[in-house]
Amino acid sequence: MLELNDVSVIFNQGTQLEKVALHDMSCKIQDGDFITLLGSNGAGKSTLFNVISGSVEVSRGSVFMDGIDITDEKEHVRAKNIGRLFQNPEHGTAKNLTVEENLALAYSAKKRGLFSLAVHKEDREYFKEKLKVLDMGLEDRLKTPIGLLSGGQRQAVALMMAVLNPPKILLLDEHTAALDPKSAKKILKITNELIEKEHITALMITHNINDALVNGNRLFIMNDGTLIQDFDAERKKQLKPADILNYYEV
Amino acid sequence: MSLTIILKAIELGLIFSILSLGVYISFRVLNVPDLTVDGSFATGCAVCAVMTIAGHPYLGLLLAFAAGSFCGMVTAFLQTKMHMQPLLAGILTMVGLYSINLRIMSGAPNISLFSTNTLFTLIDSELLILLIFSLVTGCILFGFFKTNLGLMLRATGDNEIMVRSSSINVDRMKFIGMALSNGIVALSGALLAQYQNFADITSGTGMMVLGLAGIIIGEAILRKRTIGFGIASAIIGACIYRLLYQIALQFGIPATDMNLMSAILVAITISLPYLKRKGVKHVRA
Repeated sequence: MLELNDVSVIFNQGTQLEKVALHDMSCKIQDGDFITLLGSNGAGKSTLFNVISGSVEVSRGSVFMDGIDITDEKEHVRAKNIGRLFQNPEHGTAKNLTVEENLALAYSAKKRGLFSLAVHKEDREYFKEKLKVLDMGLEDRLKTPIGLLSGGQRQAVALMMAVLNPPKILLLDEHTAALDPKSAKKILKITNELIEKEHITALMITHNINDALVNGNRLFIMNDGTLIQDFDAERKKQLKPADILNYYEV
Repeated sequence: MSLTIILKAIELGLIFSILSLGVYISFRVLNVPDLTVDGSFATGCAVCAVMTIAGHPYLGLLLAFAAGSFCGMVTAFLQTKMHMQPLLAGILTMVGLYSINLRIMSGAPNISLFSTNTLFTLIDSELLILLIFSLVTGCILFGFFKTNLGLMLRATGDNEIMVRSSSINVDRMKFIGMALSNGIVALSGALLAQYQNFADITSGTGMMVLGLAGIIIGEAILRKRTIGFGIASAIIGACIYRLLYQIALQFGIPATDMNLMSAILVAITISLPYLKRKGVKHVRA
């Protein structure tokens, strides 16, 4: 379970450029939740993700994971429990490394020692099996540098990397926004399947109201750095796109 | 050009191939132009010369590597913990090393090893020794970059955002990479000192560019940019560069002009992709 208690994030505090990105935000995220997150630009959605992943310092408040205070824990330490996908497919994978090397990065180091060969023979079989699920022909391109793949393919590999060691929380930051409609649909479908299969707790930022309604069991709407609506599964089912628009400041 | 001159050129080329391997780690793998090299190369020379005079030519190589690694860690410290621009961090270490190198050499600007036993007086075939050093360093690096730690290092240079969001300590990777890079650079300096029977305080000047020139020539020939080809590029390129250097000397270009030549070569090669793209745009318009 992830818990935020009155978290505020203030950039450039005490200067003229002061900007409150999160304002006393509190929420409880239960294990197994798949929360979709809506809100206009600047509402604090990405800042919320940065707080959870630890890439932004909290000005006030605290963050707890499974009852342990992780407010001051460094990003790479938390990363053991938190997976993250970015909007830009290039951010999720290392372009000069091959597909299998990228996967090994997420998989092998934890399983074996630092000085062990990264890609073993049996890993290749395992990776192939996993990649087949994506149905993109990636299982035959293990030795291709990932920079040569399309955005959709890269995002699919990044997604696979995030769930190879199922994280406690998966943060999806508009991870389909930069893809063409067909790839976006496919990645979203795979996302849903993986989340369900691995029982991952996930948060997904999106600007697509329909995606936000169709996916997940909870819906957050944020505005001005705080949570203004938290729809549970029951209430979410009855929501219509038109209802959502009312929450956007127009 | 006589055979002896060609052989000498290849021997020097092999020494500088180790330099290129070191520069490859910082410039290509970590994606950082590291000027520490100009200092750590001379540090390698100095440490090894002093140790050789003391009667420990082999230990000298090892200590040179250790000293170089330490130089790299100083730069990494400035880069990561002090949040300094990588170029400035390297320059600062390099400048500071000038004084330290003089201290290592007890204030003398150069040390002669002509009357001492070196690696090359103890074992006869210079070419063979250097070939083994170069190839073994290359193979070890190749193996290393296929391990988990090696992958992490490569990913750090490739995509820092991704590495930060995975459970890899980016700062630690930079320490390891810079230490390894400058250790190898210093080893190359140490071999040069023993080979030439001579250590000089200015021997590091221009070494970063020289190492880069080797890499670039090798890449132009081998074309493929995978890690294996990259390492091979550094070794082959450095040797070819040295041969070209020798040919230029034969044509009467003074040795003192060669730094300018290397600089121009690197400048042109690095701007080539940009110039090509610009050319394509013009054609389209």
